[in-house]
Amino acid sequence: MPSRSFDAVVVGAGIVGAACAEELARCGLSVAICESAIVGGGATAAGMGHLTVMDDSEEQFALTRYSQLLWRNLSNELPPDAEFLPCGTVWIAADAEEMAEVHRKYEFYAARGVCAEVLDSRQLVEAEPNLRAGLAGGLLVAGDSVCYPPCVAHYLIAKAVQHGALLFQPARVTEIIVSGVRLTDGSLIESKIVVLATGAAARELIPDLPIRPRQGHLLITDRYPALVRHQLIELGYLKSAHAVDSDSVAFNIQPRATGQLLIGSSRQFASDDIGVEPSMLTQMLQRAAEYIPRLPQLSAIRAWTGHRAATPDKLPLIGPCVNRPNVYLATGHEGLGISTSLATARLLADQILDRKPEIPIKPYLPQRSFVHYA
Amino acid sequence: MSDVVIVGAGPAGLAAAVRSAENGCKVTLIDDNPRVGGQIWRGGAAANKNSAAMRWFNSIRSQKNISILNGRVVSADTEARQLTVESLDNAATVSWRVLILATGARELFLPFPGWTLPGVAGVGGLQALAKSGLPLTNKRIVVAGSGPLLLAAADYFRKHGAKVRMIAEQASRWRLARFGVGLFRCPEKLLQALQLRTSLHGIPYRTGSWITRAEGNGSLQRVSLTDGRRTWTEECDYAAVAYGLWPNTELATLLGCRMAAKAIAVDKHCRTSAPDILCAGEATGIGGLGLSLVEGEIAGLTAAGNLSAANRLHSRRRAEERFADRLKRAFALRPELKTLSEAATIVCRCEDVSFQRLHRSSSWREAKLHTRCGMGPCQGRVCGPALSVLFGWDFSSVRPPIFPARIGTLLENQNPGKRE
Amino acid sequence: MPEVFVNGAQLCVPDEVTVAAAVALAGETAFRHSVTGEPRGPLCGMGICFECRVTIDGVPHARSCQTLVQSGMDIRTT
Repeated sequence: MPSRSFDAVVVGAGIVGAACAEELARCGLSVAICESAIVGGGATAAGMGHLTVMDDSEEQFALTRYSQLLWRNLSNELPPDAEFLPCGTVWIAADAEEMAEVHRKYEFYAARGVCAEVLDSRQLVEAEPNLRAGLAGGLLVAGDSVCYPPCVAHYLIAKAVQHGALLFQPARVTEIIVSGVRLTDGSLIESKIVVLATGAAARELIPDLPIRPRQGHLLITDRYPALVRHQLIELGYLKSAHAVDSDSVAFNIQPRATGQLLIGSSRQFASDDIGVEPSMLTQMLQRAAEYIPRLPQLSAIRAWTGHRAATPDKLPLIGPCVNRPNVYLATGHEGLGISTSLATARLLADQILDRKPEIPIKPYLPQRSFVHYA
Repeated sequence: MSDVVIVGAGPAGLAAAVRSAENGCKVTLIDDNPRVGGQIWRGGAAANKNSAAMRWFNSIRSQKNISILNGRVVSADTEARQLTVESLDNAATVSWRVLILATGARELFLPFPGWTLPGVAGVGGLQALAKSGLPLTNKRIVVAGSGPLLLAAADYFRKHGAKVRMIAEQASRWRLARFGVGLFRCPEKLLQALQLRTSLHGIPYRTGSWITRAEGNGSLQRVSLTDGRRTWTEECDYAAVAYGLWPNTELATLLGCRMAAKAIAVDKHCRTSAPDILCAGEATGIGGLGLSLVEGEIAGLTAAGNLSAANRLHSRRRAEERFADRLKRAFALRPELKTLSEAATIVCRCEDVSFQRLHRSSSWREAKLHTRCGMGPCQGRVCGPALSVLFGWDFSSVRPPIFPARIGTLLENQNPGKRE
Repeated sequence: MPEVFVNGAQLCVPDEVTVAAAVALAGETAFRHSVTGEPRGPLCGMGICFECRVTIDGVPHARSCQTLVQSGMDIRTT
């Protein structure tokens, strides 16, 4: 391949890499994209495609909120295969304790301009008739949506290419060097900047990154239109995402535009790339069946696993890599990669192009100090 | 726990069950049809009075230690040596000491314009539907595709009152003539062929011909055929079209068995690469009834530890393999069949993915992720083989459930009380 | 001879036939409609293609070629 020099090479064409490539290319940089397998084929394909605002911390809220506004703009131009569905989220409270959490969330969102509505137990049943009886209520966040991420990634890459980016696929990067990246065939892609967006595999190229793969299980059913209308998540999900080390499951179900139901979620720190673990899948399904009594009768078509890239403080790494001046990181998004992909791209470009970011970037900088993994 | 668990009660599974049981094993035979017999002997003893089938049905009945479980294997745990079996309103876990996979084959469908119209079915497919009560009297049927099954199915249709308009075999006259000459080495098969020839007298049998299009208003009304030179149409109510068979390898792949080409690799004792798992019949490679039976016997004997008896069957197996090779050569698919689709022709029927959206992809996985092809309930069983033929894509990765299963069945995994 | 209902119409069918046969006997050719609205009917006859799905007694996605009729069944094409 002829030697060419780019302004930036983006390693990894998952949704984060794709968003970054599109942003940089649109801003006039010459961009190369290296994808080792399939565009949007990693965690992007495995995850739920839930576009949400999260209130785990101010920093997480700021990032998800900013990104959600960008998603709203993007949704107007997305093709049908991106399956964008503005169905909203209902956070479900099973008891009084969780209902208190509903109210806290409501206050948090209200104070920050996120439209939300508290549902009592009757209103919850009206909103979602197939939930079991006896739940305390919930919080409806109407501005949340869902999408099918591999097709969004594909769309963003196509846009990047329209803006002059070059996609190298399949192209596996084996080494990041000062002048760019080296591929498996020994060839070099020369570039001033390297953007690493390979998710859980990021440590293959930079071993000391504070990232651990966190495996999740998912299952999709046949088509049952209108059985579930919103993305439904139990408030216990937050405890699951909180728990740093233990295996956990939480009820999380999504209606797809096709009418199929996507069921999650589970979290395990897995050392190897293992397939579906029957016991974990069963636990996850059992939890889901506790909320949707009809679930056991539904037909399951497929189950699979994916690996989230988890950092110790549950915030992604967006910015220059410590000790490697030509490398920028755009990884470590755990369960919010799809949601925050667009904001990640903006904040990354802000730093590369020396633009003023819309939100403070300090919390996401890779140079921040981490509490070690417990 | 059973000594020997056999998945599939077609000829290979029946033969394996009988031989294992005769040699002292306790056998569990799992099948998802209401009666044993698989596809070729569908309907069991009531519907298959020919001597070969009856011999095996009677043997099954006479063996005391064969129990038959009606259900479909949806998942498996290799370490725990357990299968999850789903039946009509139940689910069970079956444990094995030795497992024999006799999962058989399905028909290979190749897309062409209009193939999704109601009325277009498989060859074995339409026959199976008819055997379960689909009315055929006075229906006009075109039988097309490839393989000896075309003749057997046409014979069945005619005997049940249908008007078989034509049989269109894509293999050329030249290839079939060579195969026919080869049949002189197998008197039994030659006799079968001659019997069919007589009973099908009067039905046009066109070689080197195939369907290019199906048309109709909401359901099939006519097909267009070609022999490469001229094209003609046939008005019909049903088209029975399929291009041979494709092995059912999903369960074996889930269990970690190595594949050879598109089938499960086995040694001369029918052992797969996975310990204590054997495979027999069409799943080891399409080879016809005779080969399925002898492989089933070998697997059953091997599972029971009777290797000397298994060894005595090797020469018969080799003879059947030679016949299977001749079958394969005679009915090899012509290249024109790969280019029948138009841009809008649906290839993935579950998700309505058209040909034009697929030929841009460079792999099965990429096509799946970007178009959702293969993500429907058939789990790629129909479109996967078609795309393998059309584009050479490999699609061997498999995840549980290997067949759509009730979520309730997947919850049973944790329930130790239902062990068989 | 079991009596079943196909799309609301009562029909007497032979013993031991499948729901697919009953639908055909009722004169219906479209068992279901695909995700883009195409009419579809049985293809494989052996339960793997899922084109023959109908709703039986309110339960959707039942493969009619694999289900034997029972008296009183309410069968609906979709």
